[in-house]
Amino acid sequence: MIDSGDTAWVLTSTALVLFMTMPGLALFYGGLVRSRNILSVLMHCAAICCAVSVLWFVCAYSLAFADGNGLVGGLGKAFLTGVERDAVYPATGIPESVFFSFQMTFAIITPALIVGAYVERIKFGAVLLFSCLWLLVVYAPIAHWIWGGGWLAERGVMDFAGGIVVHVTAGASAGVLAAVLGRRTGFPDQVEPPHAPWMVMVGAAMLWVGWFGFNAGSALAAGSDAGMAMLVTHLSAATASLVWMVIEWTRFGKPSLVGLVTGTIAGLATVTPASGYIGPMGGVLLGLAGGVLCYLAVDVIKRTFRIDDSLDVLAVHGIGGATGTLLTAFLVLPTFGGIGLAEGVGAGDQFVTQLIGVAAGLGWSVVATFVLVKLTQGLVGLRVREEEEIEGLDYTAHGETAYKL
Amino acid sequence: MKMVTAIIQPYRLDHVREALTGIEVQGMTVTEVRGYGRQKGHTEIYRGAEYQINYLPKLKIEVVVDDRLVDNAVETIAGAAKTGKIGDGKIFVWDVETAIRIRTGETGNEAL
Repeated sequence: MIDSGDTAWVLTSTALVLFMTMPGLALFYGGLVRSRNILSVLMHCAAICCAVSVLWFVCAYSLAFADGNGLVGGLGKAFLTGVERDAVYPATGIPESVFFSFQMTFAIITPALIVGAYVERIKFGAVLLFSCLWLLVVYAPIAHWIWGGGWLAERGVMDFAGGIVVHVTAGASAGVLAAVLGRRTGFPDQVEPPHAPWMVMVGAAMLWVGWFGFNAGSALAAGSDAGMAMLVTHLSAATASLVWMVIEWTRFGKPSLVGLVTGTIAGLATVTPASGYIGPMGGVLLGLAGGVLCYLAVDVIKRTFRIDDSLDVLAVHGIGGATGTLLTAFLVLPTFGGIGLAEGVGAGDQFVTQLIGVAAGLGWSVVATFVLVKLTQGLVGLRVREEEEIEGLDYTAHGETAYKL
Repeated sequence: MKMVTAIIQPYRLDHVREALTGIEVQGMTVTEVRGYGRQKGHTEIYRGAEYQINYLPKLKIEVVVDDRLVDNAVETIAGAAKTGKIGDGKIFVWDVETAIRIRTGETGNEAL
C-alpha cells in the first residue's frame, strides 16, 4: 500500500541526494583544484551523473536489487521490465519507481566521489569508461550484498545509508586508482593550493543539506527513524567540523574554512552507516571519532604513503565510512541512545559482523578496481600528456576556460 | 608629459584617487596585477599542507601628467599609498611622446 507521506519524503530525498552531486560535490571538488582544471572536475561529476543514470536503468538497478543470488542480482529488472507503474517496493510504502530513483542518486554519487582521487591528470575517456565499469562490477554487487538481500545482509551487517556501500567502496577504490595513476606533476612540493576556498564551502554546505536526504531518506519512510537520522547526521557534521577547526587552530594558529568544511564531510561520512540506528549522543561521538581519525588519515596517506589521492577521498570517505560502520556496533546500544541489537546479539558479535562487512567491501573494491584500472589503462590510457597536465584540463580536454579575466 | 606608474596596495586605491583629484589630475587607468618585491609573498595551509604564495595581488595605477605636475603627482601618490609596512609598492616615471583625445582629436596637454 502506497503511503503518500513516505512517498513524498523519499521523492524529496531523491532530489536532495541528486543535488549532492549536482552541484554540491562538483563545487566542493571544483574549489579545491587549480582554476585551469575546475571545468574538468565539474564535467566529471556531470558526465558520471548522466552515464550512471542510463546504466542504472539498463541493468545496474537490476544487478543491485533484483532477485539473483547472494552475490549479485539478476537481470530480471533490466530496463525496468515487469515493474508496473504502481508497483510498490516490498516492505515499504513507496512506489518502486521512487525507490529506483532514490537508489539511482546513490549510484551516481559514489563513482563521482572517486573523482577526487584523479583530478588534474586523468583522461576524460578513462573517467567515463572506468566509472561505468566500476558501477557494474563494484557498486551494484556490493549494494546487492548489503541492501539487495545479499550475503552481507543475511549475516546482519548494519549499513543504514551507505557507510560501506558508498564511502568505503569509493574511498578504497580512490586509493587504488590514485596509486596506479600516479602523482600529479610536482606533487607534493609544487602543487598549487585550492583556487577557490569559498567554492569549497558552498559545495560542502550543499552536501550537508543534501545529506539529510541521503541519511534520513534511507529510512524509506517519513517517521521517527527519518527524524532521528536527520538529527544525528546534523550533530555529527557539526561536531566533526569543530574538531577540525580546533585541530587547525591549535596546530597552525589559524582555523581555515577549507579545514572546517572538510571536517563537515568527515562527520557526515562517518555517521552515514549508523544514522538510522543511533541516538543524538552517538551522533556527537561519531563526529568526534570521524573528525580526529580522518584528520590523521589525510596526513598518513599523503605524507607517509605519499599517495596523491588529491582530494583525500580515502582519508575522508574511506576512513570515515569504515569508522562509522564499526562503531555502529556499540552506538546502537540503548546505553548510547540507540535502537538496540537483535535478541541474542551482543555488541561484540555485531562488531565482528560489521568488520566482515567493511573487509568485504574494501577487499572487493580494491581487487576489482585494480583490475578495472588496468583494463582502462590498456583500452584508452589513464593519464594525459605532461604538457596537457601543465596547461590544464579545462582547455586541453574540454576546449573551455573557466575565467575570462 | 610623463606617465607616472604606481604599484600600490589594492586597499589604498580610493585614498590615492581622492588625493590625485585634489591636485587636478583628471583621469587614471587601474589594472589588477600580481607581483612581489621584498615582501616575498606568504604561506597558506590547506588540510595540513603548506603552500607558498609568491605573487600577491596589487593594483597598477597609471596617470599621464604635464611635466610641471610630475613631482607633485609622485609626492601625492606616495603620500596617499603609504602605510609604512612592507608591500606598499613602487612608483616609476616614464617619458610620454604624445597624447590624443579620441573623441575630439585634441593632442598634447589639451588631451590630458
